[in-house]
Amino acid sequence: MQVIFILISAITLVSGIMVVTNRNLFHAALYMMLSFLGVAGLYVLLENGFLAATQLLVYIGAISILVIFAIMMTRRLMQTTESPFNSQWVWGGAASLLLFGLILVILLQVFTLDPNSTAAILPPAAEEAIRDSVNTLGVSFVDAEQYVLPFELASVLLLIALVGSIIIARPDVEDDQA
Amino acid sequence: MIPLSWYLLVAAALFCIGLYGILARRNAVAMLMAVELALNAVNINLVAFWRYGNPSQPVGVAWAIFVLTVAAAEAAVGLALIISIYRQRDSVIAEELDILKY
Amino acid sequence: MELLELLTWLIPVGPLAAFAVILLLTAKNRTLSFILAWAGIFIALVLSWIVSFNVFGDFLADGHAVAEEPVRVHSSVAWLPIGDYYGDPQGSAFAAAGDEAHGAEAGDHGAEEEGHHGEEAGHAVVPDETKSGTWFRMGVAVDPLTAVMLFMVPFAVFMIFIYSVGYHNFGAQPGKFLGIPNHGMEEPMFSRFFALMSLFGGAMLTLVVADNLLLLFVGWEIMGFCSYALIGFWYARDYDSPKRLSPRRAAVKAFMTTRIADVIMLLGIVFFYRTFGTLNFSAAFTPESFQNAIQATAFGAVGLGLMAMMLFSGAVGKSAQFPLHVWLPDAMEGPTPVSAVIHAAAMVSAGVYLLLRIFPLIAVALEAAPGFGWTIAFIGAFTALMSATIAVAQYDVKGVLAYSTISQLGFMVAAIGVGAYIAAAFHLITHAFFKALLFLCSGSVIHGMEHGAEHVHDHHSDPQDMRLMGGLKDKMPITFWAFLIGGMALSGFPIVTAGFWSKDEIFADAWYNFLEGSPVGLFVFIMLALSAFLTAFYTTRQLALTFAGKPRSPLAEHAHESNSYMTTPLVLLSIFAVAAGWFGIPDNFLGTDGIFYNYFHHFVGATLEESFHVLYELHLIPHEIFTLPFMIVPLVTSLVVALGGIYLGWVMYARKPLEEGQPDPMIGILTPALHNFLHNKWYWDELYQAVFVRPAVFFSEVIAYELVDRTLIDGILHLVARTIFGVGGYVRRFELAVFNDGIDWVKDRFLDLSREFRTFQSGKIQEYALLSVLIAFVFTAFIMLVNAGILNGILN
Repeated sequence: MQVIFILISAITLVSGIMVVTNRNLFHAALYMMLSFLGVAGLYVLLENGFLAATQLLVYIGAISILVIFAIMMTRRLMQTTESPFNSQWVWGGAASLLLFGLILVILLQVFTLDPNSTAAILPPAAEEAIRDSVNTLGVSFVDAEQYVLPFELASVLLLIALVGSIIIARPDVEDDQA
Repeated sequence: MIPLSWYLLVAAALFCIGLYGILARRNAVAMLMAVELALNAVNINLVAFWRYGNPSQPVGVAWAIFVLTVAAAEAAVGLALIISIYRQRDSVIAEELDILKY
Repeated sequence: MELLELLTWLIPVGPLAAFAVILLLTAKNRTLSFILAWAGIFIALVLSWIVSFNVFGDFLADGHAVAEEPVRVHSSVAWLPIGDYYGDPQGSAFAAAGDEAHGAEAGDHGAEEEGHHGEEAGHAVVPDETKSGTWFRMGVAVDPLTAVMLFMVPFAVFMIFIYSVGYHNFGAQPGKFLGIPNHGMEEPMFSRFFALMSLFGGAMLTLVVADNLLLLFVGWEIMGFCSYALIGFWYARDYDSPKRLSPRRAAVKAFMTTRIADVIMLLGIVFFYRTFGTLNFSAAFTPESFQNAIQATAFGAVGLGLMAMMLFSGAVGKSAQFPLHVWLPDAMEGPTPVSAVIHAAAMVSAGVYLLLRIFPLIAVALEAAPGFGWTIAFIGAFTALMSATIAVAQYDVKGVLAYSTISQLGFMVAAIGVGAYIAAAFHLITHAFFKALLFLCSGSVIHGMEHGAEHVHDHHSDPQDMRLMGGLKDKMPITFWAFLIGGMALSGFPIVTAGFWSKDEIFADAWYNFLEGSPVGLFVFIMLALSAFLTAFYTTRQLALTFAGKPRSPLAEHAHESNSYMTTPLVLLSIFAVAAGWFGIPDNFLGTDGIFYNYFHHFVGATLEESFHVLYELHLIPHEIFTLPFMIVPLVTSLVVALGGIYLGWVMYARKPLEEGQPDPMIGILTPALHNFLHNKWYWDELYQAVFVRPAVFFSEVIAYELVDRTLIDGILHLVARTIFGVGGYVRRFELAVFNDGIDWVKDRFLDLSREFRTFQSGKIQEYALLSVLIAFVFTAFIMLVNAGILNGILN
């Protein structure tokens, strides 16, 4: 188990680093898909197959493709000779590392990384709860006492995003009046 | 068994990688990709806490689904904006997009 | 869900839906838009009155039952899971907080919580009995106080909606100019106006029915936005005179001023939640919860006083009390229906309503730390008197009403400061009716005057200036009678009008407070008596200047009565401006027994009767809810000040009305210096400009901009450029200074220079993001170090 976890995490993180450092934007997008795949693997390890499948569909199937489209539509200016980073990349890196250190410090105050200590492992839940998790989730989305309102709002949000992105990305109005 | 802290560690690392991308990439599309990485990191946290907390309650997964929804909406609108800007200014370099200042 | 609960939920929905539909679908069709807005608020009105009269019916049927269970309608949905609802078996850092919250939500609310918990348990696989109530619940609640607000708010707003159709000349030729008043022509942004007004009404109703502080705050903030959008409705309007703020700047001023208060209020809400573990009013204000809270806060009961003051700050901003009163007079730049809705039915009432809602907290604070009560009473009384003096010297017909609103709100706040909860609520309701009436009347007068201005093609005279009016009595009879009724109610004309009864009750409470040995009671009593005298005086002055005598300008000469869209609401509101007071005649008026029954007192008093009884037994509050004994001093005072003020105003202005061009006799009496001081509103605006605005501009231009933007962000990179620029600017300045050494000129160059420098601020999002991350890092690290105790040596 631990070996698989370390392997998947390594794939996720390394391809994540490739995403933010790769000179070629198209390659970066492919690495991003790999990274998303790794995250889906982590979901499987966390015994949530449903979310792993959603991850595959939405992130890899939809968002990545969208990004690749955007890259191809703006490709004319993609010169690989230029640096992929802006002028403040040193500072940005330092800030990210600082934040990571901070999170690590906080993390180690609360948890321990030792896989054998009992305090490190919270008790895993009942088999049954895991098996029913998709069902429970589905019910919670249509239950007035739980998430029906946010769920409906999310659908409205998606609709607005859909309409909004069409309007934003549409060519200027003068063109279609001609 | 894998301890919860490992997942949190991976998520923190992924988040910081995404953060670095947001802060340091010149290309706006690349920045958007980095944002997606950061959002994924958050989702790992949510699902891990769900699994190690009380899996009979769907709250963590439900949050993750909502994050996913927002990520999808954000990608659609963000990329539309980038394409629109590209059409206007022939550039997707974030550093050059500072007209709001003037 | 019970029917009444459902209806209560639906109250704010009508106007909010009207807002959305008008905005999205019917904005092009003006007729449909206003009918939709009417329909939305009318549905809200019907629902509100059903709920309101049901509660009142309960009270008539069995007063004790209402007192024992004041929250007649309550329904909430689980909104956010908080704390450890899903908890872990070992217990965590959150467990303590969760238990605390549970403790706080016990009490008479507990049964309901348990009921909801039962339903949730159906889905929860592992129900955990010890952790119920750690959902953050959003809901609606109706108690007697809410019921009287539900009676008043939608009715007043509906009247204003009817009026607005006439005010914007519906059916006339469409106006062509966006963002400025189109005199005599149909407002081009007619639909937008009704959409925003609907949103405003919906937000106010949300605020009224909210059962917790957060939902109340949501309505509160939506109103803040709507007031901004509506005050600046005529955004393109500009004035020649630099003394007069243009609408868009008035809008910004109103928004910024209330924002200061809202930030403090939000902090108060956070403090409230930390202390009580809930934001629900009825769950927080139980005796047990107060006892827990006093033990929980670091400062005990004084901490509760601090919390009350923070929430009070919000009300100070919204209800325009000193020192944040400056926005309200400028808010008159909006269309008159907006003034009416802001100053009567909705926005300013919201501040006082908040104080009434959290009154148990204020009462506890009054007992534990009397200084807080004195502060509230002082601010209220001072505001009342100050703005009454300002109103005396105003010429703008709406300006007088604006200051009288601030003054009357001061009455309510002062009443709360001396613990007179019911009197404040009563005055809130009666004031809302007659002030809405007065604003609509003044709008009708202005409308008539504008019509006159159109007729004689005079676009320079101010149609709101009372010096140019006069003699409108015969030209606008309905408006005159309505104005007279509203004005008399505001003055507190004895026995008949609503204003008399509500003011009388405040006087009685203040006097009783004094008799009990509190000097603050006497202070409030005297200040309010003086204000009431001035109120009666300036109201009579206004009536006389506007309506008596002969027209003093061609504008007034050609004014005529407004259309029936505008006059109908005036008539309807007049009825309430008089009759609303009859429900609050004291039981023992003139020492009688059993003739009168003070419905309002007993009904609204029932909201807090039981819990106050227990709190009083625990020595947490100074008084129970009680009926005052009949006292002759306050009654005589209120008669004398009202009649005296009206008489003085009549002698000075009505007996011999002003002629055209004749100056205000007041200037002679007050001496020009004092008159100027009052006319210029005690120079508060100028003072604030000098004390707050200039330093803020200085800070942002010099300190923030130079240090943070230029030095920190751009740093060395731009140092060279800056030096060259600086030297160049200096040389340029030196050369030119040889030819022109005026002081102004140097100042102008500095301004130019700073404008040029401003371009160094990058405008690049990634730099901003980097800065945000670094700041977040520093704060988090700091909090961690504090928590770890590493900084103890330095901090102590």
